[in-house]
Amino acid sequence: MAAASTTNVPAQRSWYKRNEIAITPWLFLLPAMLFFAVYVIIPIGQSFWISFHEWDGLGEKTYIGAANYERLLGIGDQNMDRKFQTSFWNNLRWLVLYLLAIPLGLFIALFLNQNVTGIRLYKSLFFFPFVISQVVVGLVFSWFYLPREGLLNAILMGIGLEPVNILGDPDTATYGIIAAGLWPQTAYCMILYLTGLNAVDPEQVEAARLDGAKGPRMLWYVILPQLKPATFIAFVVTIIGALRSFDLISVMTNGGPFGSTRVLSFYMFEESLSEFGFRMGFGAAIAVVLFFIMLFFIVYFLYSMWRDEQGAH
Amino acid sequence: MHSILKTSLAALIAAGVATTASADGHGLSGELRIMSDMSNPAPRAVMEKMAADFDALHPNLSVDLTIVDREAWKTQIRNALGANPPDVVNWYAATRMLPYVEAGLFMDVSDLWNEPEMADLASTKGAMTLDGKQWGVPYTYYQWGVYYRKDIYEELGLSEPTTWEEEKANCQAILDSGRKCYTIGSKFLWTAGGWFDYINSRTNGYDFHIELATGQVPWTDDRVKATFANWRELIDMGAFIDDHQSYSWQEAMPFMIDGEAAAYLMGNFSVAAFRDGGLTDDQLDFYQFPAINPDVEPAEDAPTDTFHIASGAQNVDAAKAFLLYVTSPEVQTWINGGDALGQLPVNAKAEVSDDKFIQEGFNMLSNNAGGGIMQFFDRDFSAEMASVGMEGLQEFMVFPDNLDDILARLEETRQRIYN
Repeated sequence: MAAASTTNVPAQRSWYKRNEIAITPWLFLLPAMLFFAVYVIIPIGQSFWISFHEWDGLGEKTYIGAANYERLLGIGDQNMDRKFQTSFWNNLRWLVLYLLAIPLGLFIALFLNQNVTGIRLYKSLFFFPFVISQVVVGLVFSWFYLPREGLLNAILMGIGLEPVNILGDPDTATYGIIAAGLWPQTAYCMILYLTGLNAVDPEQVEAARLDGAKGPRMLWYVILPQLKPATFIAFVVTIIGALRSFDLISVMTNGGPFGSTRVLSFYMFEESLSEFGFRMGFGAAIAVVLFFIMLFFIVYFLYSMWRDEQGAH
Repeated sequence: MHSILKTSLAALIAAGVATTASADGHGLSGELRIMSDMSNPAPRAVMEKMAADFDALHPNLSVDLTIVDREAWKTQIRNALGANPPDVVNWYAATRMLPYVEAGLFMDVSDLWNEPEMADLASTKGAMTLDGKQWGVPYTYYQWGVYYRKDIYEELGLSEPTTWEEEKANCQAILDSGRKCYTIGSKFLWTAGGWFDYINSRTNGYDFHIELATGQVPWTDDRVKATFANWRELIDMGAFIDDHQSYSWQEAMPFMIDGEAAAYLMGNFSVAAFRDGGLTDDQLDFYQFPAINPDVEPAEDAPTDTFHIASGAQNVDAAKAFLLYVTSPEVQTWINGGDALGQLPVNAKAEVSDDKFIQEGFNMLSNNAGGGIMQFFDRDFSAEMASVGMEGLQEFMVFPDNLDDILARLEETRQRIYN
């Protein structure tokens, strides 16, 4: 009887109590969604909007339709923007060559994954370049490359070779910067693989050894499949890192010589925010193009993550 | 001794400005907010003292000074002038003002220029004028020219060149002695702009140079090509140091300090750095960029730094009084003195410092710059043209064979901007 009387109580329960299960997750999500909207979603929309205008960032905007994109991509009777072409190809170079950080990181991780005295110290020394700021990395490498006093040329001349000016030659400057970028990125991939190696199942390794696997076959058929999650994350961070390369270029060459080391993000900065940049609309158009390139990779990553989760069930 | 001098100067200044203020007929009150880019040590001390002195002159007024890094200010000024702007800001003369004038962010101060005491600033009025109105006041300017190693010239028996032929003959002698004629660091591009300003104005005259700067002449014009042909003579001789595209202007200085290069086309601000680097006044000297075309009057680069009132200023009266204070002869004498900015005063009644280089520059600009005064490549040309242009100039200095391609590119930019 007492139970029957309590069943009438729900009328007195508050609205929140009645909908608690449905609402609570949204309450927890709300702050994140709010900030994500304010700092990410809405600015993306604004960039799209600005890219259809001519605007110096100070006065009134003028709507010019897709003219910024036509100029950038060379639609109609004009040529494709040359700086855009240079930047785009440099972005591709970054994308491809930056991926070298993954095998390099794996190699160092395998090399360091052993028990000898002081291994923690060696590991942290190898990880060190990732901890220091990109600006410092850029500065150190630009000194390393200096045409006369640089260490690189001291070595080259020491073994009787001609000195080179890597950052001063438009054909080699981008590669010089990518090499500088690989240094911290390799350390990052190494740490990902080191944690991955901790999770490798020793019993499987033991079993493979009993079956006679060793060396490269052991690595390829037994270790690497177990490192797949680490490889995936290494891919994601390396590709995103390659696309947002900016600090190194800004510090090492400032986009030069004669604009040959520009990438899209640097070009966007130069057009809209730098000392002589008053072309917010054009800069926004470059940002939109870069956004779509990134979106392509992000969608691919999300898709493969989703597919893996489907497979796990 | 020093402090006595300072106090008496301050008293002088006080007397000078007191008359201006009383002529205004009302006291100043409230707060005056100044945002300055004078962040290097010497300019910073000058700005801080100016603010403190002006504060002391007006008991009811408090001066609030913010100093921003000079390089950072070049981009920050946009945000600073936007919402809740300060009353007074630093900037540069000529076309460099244009975006802010067009956006209505600088206040029209033409009425200030009608005051009788501003007649002494007449020589710089043109650089402050856009659309027939004045948008600020100058506070200092400095000459450009060739700073050279006098001891090396003496060793080789050379004298200061006045014509292009002498220039090239000197250069050949310097090259034969195993040195380079000129050091330059073009990593940040603008140093190449100085070379173009001089060779173009010496080849084609000041008027042509300004027509090019304002987009009235195509870059593919034969006269522009003549400029580059003259420049190329030096490049083909190997007159410039190697790998200059990798150095900033400061990083290029050791070449001259160590005697590997004999000269540097630079602004007078480099003198302090040369002296810090260990060159004495016996080793370092200055000459005016030589004539190329004898039929054109020499024009000189003499960039002017300025103060402006934001159009959103809260305390306009105090801001205008401050601009008058800065340009008054006493303050001009003091801030441009050898122990302060070490540059040229903008007020004709102010005294020019007795520093050797400032005196030479003052004589050159007063007596031998009949062509006109250029503000410098990145201040005379519009922002986009300047950035594309200087990149092209740097490329030309490294790969002179690319000239046609470079000029076609610059011309494409000019047509987009000015049509």
